[in-house]
Amino acid sequence: MNIIIVNSAEVPIYEQIMNQIKAAILSGELKEGDVLPSVRGLAKDLNVSVITTRKAYDGLEAEGFTINMMGKGSFVAPQNMELLRETRLVEIEKKLVDIIEYAKPVGILGKDLKKIIDELGREE
Amino acid sequence: MDTVLDIRNLCKSYHDFSLQNINMSLEKGTLTGFVGPNGAGKTTTIKSILNIIKPDDGKITVMGMDSIINDLEIKSLLGIVLDDGHFYEDMTLKKMKSLIAPMYPTWNDRAYQTYIKKFELPENKKIKDLSRGMRMKYALVFALSHDAELFILDEPTSGLDPLVRNELIEILKDIVFEDNKTVLMSTHITSDLDKIADYLFFIFDGKIILQGQKDEIKDQHAIVKGDTGALLPDYESYFVGINKSAYGFEGLTDNKAALKKVLPDKTAYEVPSIEDIMLYYIRRHNNGLKLS
Repeated sequence: MNIIIVNSAEVPIYEQIMNQIKAAILSGELKEGDVLPSVRGLAKDLNVSVITTRKAYDGLEAEGFTINMMGKGSFVAPQNMELLRETRLVEIEKKLVDIIEYAKPVGILGKDLKKIIDELGREE
Repeated sequence: MDTVLDIRNLCKSYHDFSLQNINMSLEKGTLTGFVGPNGAGKTTTIKSILNIIKPDDGKITVMGMDSIINDLEIKSLLGIVLDDGHFYEDMTLKKMKSLIAPMYPTWNDRAYQTYIKKFELPENKKIKDLSRGMRMKYALVFALSHDAELFILDEPTSGLDPLVRNELIEILKDIVFEDNKTVLMSTHITSDLDKIADYLFFIFDGKIILQGQKDEIKDQHAIVKGDTGALLPDYESYFVGINKSAYGFEGLTDNKAALKKVLPDKTAYEVPSIEDIMLYYIRRHNNGLKLS
């Protein structure tokens, strides 16, 4: 698993760690029951603060991606793919609402946006 | 949370300087940066922890023990690296060790030998012939050889070149990340702390002017650059400090999230270094003094 930390003002470091571990779980690179590196070990390797790394691990557990067991470490939790899909859909819906709001004032309508999505889909 | 060091309302006055109500709490297994310019009160605070100077008011506990009543017990739990070294200049490293080691009930000679080798220190040289970097490492060897829980380093990197400073940071990483020990490091060279520090305390003019988790502080703050015309009338409340020129503005905000909502998209945000933050806060503090 690769974790790359960039010094950007956009995404806090704990979120960068969370996002990349999530991606590894969602892509199947990390599987149910796999052990995550220890908080201190990861902090050392990434050259970041222990507290920040712990915050990322706590966040992963709160979102159901991992289970932290006192003294044993963090494990990848069983993933309910159906549930993941649903949460993703809710997130996507939220983002689309933002986009629609952003488009409205300049007269870009739903059907125009649809066209863009279709175009982008074709390119992939 | 295991509290290793707790400072409550520490006060100390001298005729031209006073330390005012310093509060600080350190969690086991973390690294805390104590940041401020020379003369801000870092060394006075540290010497109070070490019971070298007597505070006018306040209470300091190390692992639950009172710093004055349990002075001796605490000393053996502390690993201390002070700016001025406190060694006998004319002694060899070996001789100095034979003098210091018996003072520690928990002295571990194997650890001592290991670190002397690891840091490549010449045991038969006299202390006055050591370079600054070697002196600092020699002091660290003592701290590492008696099973200390709390490492207190006062300006360990001042006067050292970047390579040796980096070496020290690597040693500190082992102490904190691998051995789960606690480090308090005062410094005015803040780049040493930008990455691995967990907590920061900014001290200036005898007062703590900003404190918190380092990465949270860095997330809340940003160096902002953009079009001066886009600033709202109440813009000052978003900034710790701001400079305007004919070509735009540059400032430090302590509320990046809110500012992003009110400024145009093309405004640039950069992660501030600890030094940026320190300088802006000191400038604000000084301006406040002039106004009042």
